[in-house]
Amino acid sequence: MTTLLSVEALTMRFGGLKAVDALSFTARTGEITAVIGPNGAGKTTVFNCITGFYRPTSGALALTHPNGEKYELEAMQGHRIARQARVGRTFQNIRLFAGMSVLENLLVAQHNTLMAATGLGVLAVLGLGRYRAAEREGVDKARFWLDAIGLTARADDPAGALPYGAQRRLEIARAMCIDPVLLCLDEPAAGLNPRESEELNRLLLGIRDNGCSLLLIEHDMGVVMRISDHVVVLDHGRKISDGTPAEIRADPAVISAYLGEGDEDETAA
Amino acid sequence: MKPAFRDAFLSALVALGLFGTMIGLVTTTSPTGLTLRYRPEAVAIAVAVVFAGRLLFHLWHARHRPAPKAANAARIEMLRRGGKILAPALLVVAAILPLIAGRYYLDLGILVMTYVMLGWGLNIVVGLAGLLDLGYVAFYAVGAYTYSILSTTYGLGFWTCLPVAGLMACGFGVLLGFPVLRLRGDYLAIVTLAFGEIIRVVITNWVSLTGGPNGIAGIPRPTLFGLRFDMSGGPGTFAGFFGIEPNVTQRVAFLYYVIFALALLTNWVTLRLRRLPLGRAWEALREDEVACRSLGINVTNTKLTAFAIGAMFGGFAGAFFATRQAFVSPESFTFIESAIVLAIVVLGGLGSQLGVALAALIMIGGFEVFRDLQEYRMLVFGLALVLIMILRPRGLISGRTPSVALGTPKLIPTEQLPEAAA
Repeated sequence: MTTLLSVEALTMRFGGLKAVDALSFTARTGEITAVIGPNGAGKTTVFNCITGFYRPTSGALALTHPNGEKYELEAMQGHRIARQARVGRTFQNIRLFAGMSVLENLLVAQHNTLMAATGLGVLAVLGLGRYRAAEREGVDKARFWLDAIGLTARADDPAGALPYGAQRRLEIARAMCIDPVLLCLDEPAAGLNPRESEELNRLLLGIRDNGCSLLLIEHDMGVVMRISDHVVVLDHGRKISDGTPAEIRADPAVISAYLGEGDEDETAA
Repeated sequence: MKPAFRDAFLSALVALGLFGTMIGLVTTTSPTGLTLRYRPEAVAIAVAVVFAGRLLFHLWHARHRPAPKAANAARIEMLRRGGKILAPALLVVAAILPLIAGRYYLDLGILVMTYVMLGWGLNIVVGLAGLLDLGYVAFYAVGAYTYSILSTTYGLGFWTCLPVAGLMACGFGVLLGFPVLRLRGDYLAIVTLAFGEIIRVVITNWVSLTGGPNGIAGIPRPTLFGLRFDMSGGPGTFAGFFGIEPNVTQRVAFLYYVIFALALLTNWVTLRLRRLPLGRAWEALREDEVACRSLGINVTNTKLTAFAIGAMFGGFAGAFFATRQAFVSPESFTFIESAIVLAIVVLGGLGSQLGVALAALIMIGGFEVFRDLQEYRMLVFGLALVLIMILRPRGLISGRTPSVALGTPKLIPTEQLPEAAA
């Protein structure tokens, strides 16, 4: 397995607070890597650094595509990380375009591909050029993902009117529409019932098997232990453990971080 | 019944507190200076009116309960159908207006149409991209002055200058766009407001270029393929070419059709853009900027294009304004113009083309209709605005139709839309 994302000594400081402290880990191609840890451990901060929403205080984030192209994410602008480095993401609190239809949400995600077909906009405004064909392809791709998440029947409904679980799935499908090599999911199973959680597992495994690697933050240990290939545990911005799910489960450092044993005080967790 | 009385009583108490001094005390001039006079009977009447009104309001409300959600969906569907008929009907009336209306209504039509166009232009920025712009009049001014200066200094014609005026305004749109890219909501509004004022102040003070407060006079009228509209009726004029009696209505009708075509162009481009990735990105930006960034959309460029294209149409409208008035001065480009155009957009329903047209018709047309009321006109006008916003807080036509659909597009009710930028 080759390394897809390598995080080297990543540090993110907010004023006097070190949210992430010299963190290093790797995510391999074709695997599901889970990042877990108690609340406030710095997981979402790591995600925001990887996806360009924060500029890290120091450290390196190197992404290597399966075809060998290399990107230094710490120096790239947020929208370029999605567009060129092909890192997709979802958000802890769902961020759909609530007033737009489900289908529109998926088409907005293909903005750059579709935009390239509009001939600087002028041709497409006049109804010329190859935009029509491009849009048809875009709709086909959206339809593929709608089938995958079981929302084809609701394609024309506003995204904000979908039930919570469906919104989570739609957000994942939308992120997949940018054709990512790495998909970062921030608590995808939060608020899902066991059945929806099971569907989510299947969806995520399907995405992995189609060649997109996943990085996920998750609190639901059922999901983490069942689908991840590799787990990184954070506490107070530091890595405290790294390994397969079975190894993590047996690691005393992880147990103490979660249960507040040892020298850690509970209020900080 | 009891709570209704209680509420009416409380309202009456508040009214008593307010009106006790506001209506109850009158100052009159007497030989010894100002003296106070008391009017207890007037206060009693006002309080009684409030009490009765509040009571009636409660009784009326008890009988007409707010419509449940299901009826709401039916109403939306009805509105959508109504809109489908209303829009072409309005279009037809607008197209044949010069044939059926007299000079006064034609002039009014030109005025309304100018505001329709401005409303549609601003709708791109505020309605679609969700960027609250309080300085839209700046682009209107840039367009007007571009044409005025080019035509009076270099003798260029209207049709040559129109694209230049649009491009110039477009450039100013980008100029405004750059510094405000990081701002949102209230902060953006304040900076755009300042921008509008800066443009006006520069125009007022740059006397050598703009004529300062005196403005620019003698701006040429537009021609129809080189044919002038003047009263001589000689060769090279519209009347002379067609061998008809020269008439001032011909020129007014021509001006009307020019602004009509420009407004339709604005509408057409907006409707096309809405269905293209750019327009969809604008709307996505309005809904969630962070999500846009995560999908690889260049938020900077998207915002700039919204400012630029919105400004361009403002510039076109400005050039038209200059040629119609044949005179421009800074007084025409005060903040109140921006406020009126923004009011049209908000009142019409953010993002709704038909709504904006209706709102322009009601606001500008209505304003003229109530001319006889003189100083009460502003009062009636303000009341009407307040009433509309109470009855339809999301604007006359609210809700949006998706730009693309697998089946038949469904109207998305406004409850799903985010809070208006305003």
